[in-house]
Amino acid sequence: MTRSFLGMPATAPPGVGHLRGSEPFPVAARRALSDAQLRRNLGHATATIRSRSAAVVGEVPDWPQLRAAGRAIKTDTMARLPELLEQLEAAVAAAGGTVHWAADAVEANRIVTDLVRAAGADRVMKVKSMVTQEIGLNEALLSAGIEPVETDLAELIVQLGDDRPSHILVPAIHRNRAEIREIFLRAMPGVDPALTDEPAALAAAARRHLRQTFLSTRVAVSGANFAVAETGTLAVVESEGNGRMCLTLPETLITVMGIEKVIPTWRDLEVFLQLLPRASTGERMNPYTSMWTGVTPGDGPQTFHLVLLDNGRSAVLADPVGRQALHCIRCSACLNVCPVYERTGGHAYGSVYPGPIGAVLSPQLTGVEDNASLPYASSLCGACYDACPVMIDIPSILVHLRGRVPHPKAEAAAMAAAAYTMDHPALYAAAQRAARLGRLAGRRGRGLPPPLSGWTASRDLPEPPPQTFRQWWAER
Amino acid sequence: MTARELILGRLRAALGGPEPVPVEVARDYRGAGSVAADLDVFVGRLTDYRATVHRCVDADVARTVGGVLGGRQIVVPPGLPGHWLPDSVTVVPDDDLGVERIAAADGVVTGAAVAVAETGTIVLDAGPDQGRRLITLLPDVHVCVLRADQVVATVPDALARVDPHRPLTWISGPSATSDIELSRVEGVHGPRNLHVVLVL
Repeated sequence: MTRSFLGMPATAPPGVGHLRGSEPFPVAARRALSDAQLRRNLGHATATIRSRSAAVVGEVPDWPQLRAAGRAIKTDTMARLPELLEQLEAAVAAAGGTVHWAADAVEANRIVTDLVRAAGADRVMKVKSMVTQEIGLNEALLSAGIEPVETDLAELIVQLGDDRPSHILVPAIHRNRAEIREIFLRAMPGVDPALTDEPAALAAAARRHLRQTFLSTRVAVSGANFAVAETGTLAVVESEGNGRMCLTLPETLITVMGIEKVIPTWRDLEVFLQLLPRASTGERMNPYTSMWTGVTPGDGPQTFHLVLLDNGRSAVLADPVGRQALHCIRCSACLNVCPVYERTGGHAYGSVYPGPIGAVLSPQLTGVEDNASLPYASSLCGACYDACPVMIDIPSILVHLRGRVPHPKAEAAAMAAAAYTMDHPALYAAAQRAARLGRLAGRRGRGLPPPLSGWTASRDLPEPPPQTFRQWWAER
Repeated sequence: MTARELILGRLRAALGGPEPVPVEVARDYRGAGSVAADLDVFVGRLTDYRATVHRCVDADVARTVGGVLGGRQIVVPPGLPGHWLPDSVTVVPDDDLGVERIAAADGVVTGAAVAVAETGTIVLDAGPDQGRRLITLLPDVHVCVLRADQVVATVPDALARVDPHRPLTWISGPSATSDIELSRVEGVHGPRNLHVVLVL
């Protein structure tokens, strides 16, 4: 364990939050693949959203120009991140908000816990937020005696089911309607025992369940989709109205945002508000978007705190190839098109950020040693790059990170031996003859013998041809 | 060292080197003012997301509102034009009403700041005819009265018209969720019924 110098980019600390899985991806993926119900649920859900998104993206004549503009704005943002954050801080403060800085998950959890205590509350209601999942805020609040109530329907399903989220947009995507009904009947106090598994009935049950919480809870915690440096405006994009409840009803609002969520100007919203809903839920526009700048007398929370979180983002920024992972607007389009995600689901990735974007973001946030299997959780097919509304070149980052993963010594030795052999024609010819012998030895379809079996455990070994090119050339 | 200094120092170290070269953002997409609004598209998009649309002239707004909310209790923002309200409703003016009182009302009638045809979106900016954000959130029926000249074509057009320093709510259809098997269901926590009265 090396201690970094103060002021040097730092990765997210271990032991807090949910960026590291307890087992490597292939182990977790194998278990997920054997769950037929999970695969059915995921296949149905991802196919539904893919077709919906494709239809509304197809309606926009300038989609390519919007994507390119989205990428350019994010590239510009990352290049000027320190000054933009200072500008945001000044604008929020000028509008009556208070800005806090949190170097990591531990510090962010402490800041939020202290703010909730200072407000004299023992319960907070939460808008769905990836970043508070990342830092493990709910666990930190519970251990301080504060009850966090998730108000997004999918997060509520996850919380009541004592489960983990498995998708950025739809955390309960791994559950079907029958399973959700079971969870509600088991864990939702006062639920009607005659509840059906119709999605409308389940949504209505959530409405009844949360209504009094909305009206009586004095502190809310949210994330942010965008924060405009120029004006100090925060934006939260949602569907159900739980976000509006949390952003409007309480006395105190605490917003936690990753520092990469800042955008330079008000005008930049015109790009992202077109890209995000169509790529994400496959809607022309999501039902509700709330924007607020500081506090407004007589309307909404009169106390507003903004917590700016690093937690490994500075380390991502330090990698010129990998830093574009910070451009992500959390739409989850890359999950929905990924052949690996569609089969394994989100839990196999270990981190709260699953799918292709998670495979490039999580290892960079934690340091690649702590998520070493994730850069390999991909077939490099490139569907994620095509789907990404801000054109993040995920396949290139995956390849780049594979180069940074610590490799077993045996692999390096085998590669060195192969390079030496290919440099020496006589040796190469002998190796090819040996490969043909291998064919005769009948190992076809069974991969290489140990210790080389590690290589072929997840790869097909090409069958050596009966005759090499050199032999054919010599006999010609 | 404060966390602020620590983070800003980390970020400057991460970027390294001299001042960054400014990145040119090509805004060759359809910007504000480039497309004319199409009211039929607007109505189609609203209907597609299960909002109910009524088209009428200004003199008929009250009758239209009465058709939706007649006989019921409605919350009204302080600056709502009086002639939009029919005699058949019980008007509850929002003079700093308590939360429970607003939640107990059947509906709310407001104006709007601007609307987006392409996305079927209405934008509220808490102006006098729209009121506090709360009043359009708790009652189950929201009737929003909109003049045709408030409808713009695109999202960039709408952003150019509103003031970022006001609290803004962008509404596209009634409250909805896609959280169960990614099927869209209308009606969760926000108003389950959205009526747009388009004044021609």
